[in-house]
Amino acid sequence: MEKKSMKGWLYLLPAILFLGVFMVYPLVDVCIYSIEEGYNSASQTFYGYGKYNFSYVLRDPYFLQAIKNTFLLVIITVPLSTIMALLISLALSSIKKFKELFQTIYFLPYVTNTLAVGLVFMILFKKTPYSDGMINALIHLFGGSSIDFIEGPYWAKMLVMCIYTIWVVLPFKILILTSALASVNPVYYKAAKVDGTSSFRIFRKITLPMISPMIFYLVITGFIGAFKAYSDEVAIFGTDLNASGMNTIVGYIYDMLYGDSGGYPSYASAAALILFVIVLTITCINLLISNRNVHYS
Amino acid sequence: MKIRLEKLTKKYPSRDRKSREEVTAVSNFDYEVPDGKLIGLLGPSGCGKSTALNMICGLEKPTTGRIWFDDDDVTDLPPEKRGVGMVFQSYALYPHLTVRQNIMFPLENFKGKDKLSKEEMMAKADEAARLVQIDQLMDRKPGEMSGGQQQRVAIARALVKRPRVLLLDEPLSNLDARLRLQTREEIRRIQRETGITTIFVTHDQEEAMSISDYIVVMNVGEINQIGKPQEVYDSPVNLFVAKFLGTPPINVFDGEIKNNALFVGNDRILENTGLGDQKVTVGIRPEGFLPDPEGSLVCELSSIEVMGRDTSVVASHPACQASSLRAIIGSDSREGLKTGEVRFKIKPDKVHIFDSEQVRIS
Amino acid sequence: MEKNSAANKKRTEHPVRKTLVYIFLVIWGLVVLFPFYWMILTSVKSYSSYNSEYVPKFFTTSPTFQNYKDAFTAVPLARYFLNTIIFTVITTALMLIVIVLSAYAFARLDFRGRNITFTLFLSLMMIPNELVIITNFMTITNLGLRNTFTGLILPSVTSIFYIYLLKENFEQVPDELYKAAKVDGTSDFKYLVKVMIPICKPTVITIVILKVIECWNSSVWPRLITDDEAYFLVSNGIQEIRENGFGRENVPAMMAAVVIISVPLVVLFLIFHNKIMEGVSRGGTKG
Repeated sequence: MEKKSMKGWLYLLPAILFLGVFMVYPLVDVCIYSIEEGYNSASQTFYGYGKYNFSYVLRDPYFLQAIKNTFLLVIITVPLSTIMALLISLALSSIKKFKELFQTIYFLPYVTNTLAVGLVFMILFKKTPYSDGMINALIHLFGGSSIDFIEGPYWAKMLVMCIYTIWVVLPFKILILTSALASVNPVYYKAAKVDGTSSFRIFRKITLPMISPMIFYLVITGFIGAFKAYSDEVAIFGTDLNASGMNTIVGYIYDMLYGDSGGYPSYASAAALILFVIVLTITCINLLISNRNVHYS
Repeated sequence: MKIRLEKLTKKYPSRDRKSREEVTAVSNFDYEVPDGKLIGLLGPSGCGKSTALNMICGLEKPTTGRIWFDDDDVTDLPPEKRGVGMVFQSYALYPHLTVRQNIMFPLENFKGKDKLSKEEMMAKADEAARLVQIDQLMDRKPGEMSGGQQQRVAIARALVKRPRVLLLDEPLSNLDARLRLQTREEIRRIQRETGITTIFVTHDQEEAMSISDYIVVMNVGEINQIGKPQEVYDSPVNLFVAKFLGTPPINVFDGEIKNNALFVGNDRILENTGLGDQKVTVGIRPEGFLPDPEGSLVCELSSIEVMGRDTSVVASHPACQASSLRAIIGSDSREGLKTGEVRFKIKPDKVHIFDSEQVRIS
Repeated sequence: MEKNSAANKKRTEHPVRKTLVYIFLVIWGLVVLFPFYWMILTSVKSYSSYNSEYVPKFFTTSPTFQNYKDAFTAVPLARYFLNTIIFTVITTALMLIVIVLSAYAFARLDFRGRNITFTLFLSLMMIPNELVIITNFMTITNLGLRNTFTGLILPSVTSIFYIYLLKENFEQVPDELYKAAKVDGTSDFKYLVKVMIPICKPTVITIVILKVIECWNSSVWPRLITDDEAYFLVSNGIQEIRENGFGRENVPAMMAAVVIISVPLVVLFLIFHNKIMEGVSRGGTKG
């Protein structure tokens, strides 16, 4: 019996080692960092324990800007991308010809390097002294005046940000919703048709409830993902997000940790814990709402 | 090789965490399996027959008791050291390997001085495949074969390492009816040819009766009866065994012994029982009924089913424990039967009498 | 007869609505594909012709491969590529060993504390990367592993999600196969290698593909842990090109670099798109 137990643990040993060092220990450690005041990463010394790191971070204008950016991004992109994904998936599931082709094309952004494609988006939206950029050319075509989306007004930068984020997150959502739609038993549709139900009513009363767990899953993961936005911002606005005023919470954490303004793991830890609390709260609220509205079979 | 099972008992911790009580799957299993015979381990599902088989195989350790293969105590040996071959209910063929690779798989585990060369393995695999007549299919994958063919591969794989004992767990239950008949003859033939002591587990009494040298009837973890199939059928030790063997099943009545005669309800069906006055349970085999206007058992006939050679008569009797009884009669005695009252003469050797403990007393 | 019923079917399916649906799908397809088109288009425009287009043209009449040459010569793109391949291969290989062993332990081996350990593993799945990356950064820095492959690789060789995925798959392999193997004296490890992994090959392949995508696109951790160009991965490389690039803002060359970096994954995707999409829809998330 004992030998048998040993064997199991032996097989688990590598995973436990790696998880212990790179996941469990850091989890404890980040909490300790966050209350160590005046930590100096060079000498690895600190003055004492307290909540100063949190109050510093919460008063830091860069962090407040990051919070504002992140929340705006979340509020705009999560609902919008979910609705768009739903529309596209519905359209996809109503056709037969070319369905696979469309599905494959739509999934393409998922496998591409976001930093690389972000660069393309930047080029598309950027306005330079010698070129207006593709998007501005389009705006001209419809009689508007050109805007610098990358270094111009805040709303324009936010717009690009949201567009790129949606472009990046849609493939996953479309895929999930299409397979959810495909898994609805066609018997229900037949039954509804026999009763002469209108197609809108079928959607409201059958399709939507049936795929609501998946929609809800997407909303939750969408919130979590959007709150952790960072790479897409770097892709479009460059590494110095504070300068362009487009930093996110995660960006702030990394900046605090490393980079031009870096070397403050305590502040980074405090910010990371604040982010964790925000995400946890939002997820809990989501769960509460869903319990009332989601139909689980 | 003979197998001696000595007071084998297997207890499991209870599924229900609150109760500390253990569940006894097999208790006091005591039996000496004779050399070179085909043994059918028979019982309803959950009776512990599979656990018993697993203990013989070595997949499970008995809680108490010992297992002897001839003079070797194998109780603490792992399966591969016992020299057993096992065929599983679902065949357990490796789906990604060809038939040949499947059959060779056990040989590849041999180590040290037993290690075989590739050619030896091939030769042994071919030999085993020929024995079960699948040597034409060696390069197929299990998924490309019928259930019956897969079954043969599984048997070949169990036989390839020349086991001292062959164990089969419900070998026929995944086959359709026609194939089942064919395959059980096949198992019988292979067993005869190899002379390997073979134990197979089944819940199908017909299957066990048809090919076994001996059958072991189990119920709730205990052996009820061991014997040649016909002996067990003709003289079951208790009501359970009587009910479990035979299709259609035995008809059970509430009865009484009065003045040396056996009464079923008000019908006096047997004389000179040699038993004292008491309440009894009476079992009458379906073939024990003879339609006879003079007969003593008065029933209400509800339907007649002609099934080729035999005729099955469905009737009812107030003392019958079931709502209807079923009798099998030869087609010649069918004439003149019609619904309504019918009288049967009872063949005494097809009647079993059980006391209040359900043990057979006559 | 056949023709008739087909016609009937068409009539009931609202041809106008159907056309609208297709138009909608095509438009979205263009939105998805356009950046790729633009990136390829720009990458074959010459530096001078790109900069002379105040209003960018949607096509080019004189494609050039000069930019691709520049991408490899002016910046160490080949080096980034090689680094990424080394990083991806080693990480994926190590991860496979770790997760296969754990998944097997959870799915097949019987030992005290198995269920509670598995629950603990699952609960770790909820921990966001951002929370642990700080300490990992400090750990790797303190160990002097910055600017090494070891430092790059170590934190990403376990994935609880993949352990979970594989464990579920392992559990679907019938119990009887294991018993049959035991009767033949097969060791647990041999059973894992000879039976479990071959049977679960589709899942293993899916996991490998997903991990390769993840490695190829990873950018945050590599950026934290490397500042020596010799250890840059393609993601950092592209960032480096963007900021310090070709000495001057050379957009076509930049796009050529982007194309080169994107090609391997797009090719992988085109070959395995069914497997990848199936794998992702079984609950995968990006990163």
